[in-house]
Amino acid sequence: MQLLIDILSWITILGGSFFVITGGVGILRLPDFFTRLHAVSMSDTLGIGLIVLGLVLQAGFTQTSAKLIMIFLFMLFTGPAATHALAKAALHGKLKPLASQKMDQEESSP
Amino acid sequence: MRQSISLLVFLFAVWLLLSGYFEALLLILGLVSCTFVVWIAKRQDVVDHEGHPVNLRPIRWILYSVWLIGEIVKSNIDVAKRVWNPRLPISPTLVKVPADFDELQQVIYANSITLTPGTVSIDLTDNTITVHALTREGATTLEKGEMARRVRSVRRAQ
Repeated sequence: MQLLIDILSWITILGGSFFVITGGVGILRLPDFFTRLHAVSMSDTLGIGLIVLGLVLQAGFTQTSAKLIMIFLFMLFTGPAATHALAKAALHGKLKPLASQKMDQEESSP
Repeated sequence: MRQSISLLVFLFAVWLLLSGYFEALLLILGLVSCTFVVWIAKRQDVVDHEGHPVNLRPIRWILYSVWLIGEIVKSNIDVAKRVWNPRLPISPTLVKVPADFDELQQVIYANSITLTPGTVSIDLTDNTITVHALTREGATTLEKGEMARRVRSVRRAQ
């Protein structure tokens, strides 16, 4: 039983790490500010979620698990707020998303 | 009043969860400090339908969360595939989606959009949310409005 839990938590923690790394790679590879925001939400949700799940499996039905889950819930609330604040600041700074530039081009050259 | 009581119960539950103490003296001290916090919140006038929503439907809310987690997992896998793909198959799109709900539902909706990888809500003006999507498919899925329909269901009709 302990072995099964260990294997499961290894899988979830490694999976979570994979998504966090993918988020980092996404930030490097994606072309502009707004597309990079998408990469961050990947490590924010499934990355953190799977790591917390793995740690909860290790901690069992204890107070530690409850605290871990609360950390996850707080991440779920603060993540989008931070992303939204960044996006809004970028819009205010007159940064044009790649998408709208493309739209302008299509309109000007039919 | 309903909101104050609900806030007190919620605060005390969190206090119990985080402290883990069950001795009479400490329980009373915890309860006193929770009541104090509720009193301060009441004086600051922040106990309202927005700060502490009591008219959410709990069962619908849980169903919505489960559905949202499913969507998040699906789109995570999709975006991860695109990031690792050497050709980087993305098509950034801007769309405007209607959000004619009350304020709380708008917040839930915009946050859900941002939480789902592949779509980020970048602006909210007069019941329309401007969404930046990583792919055209992501934008079309959102425009079909399944998420909006589900968000509408988590709150009792006023």
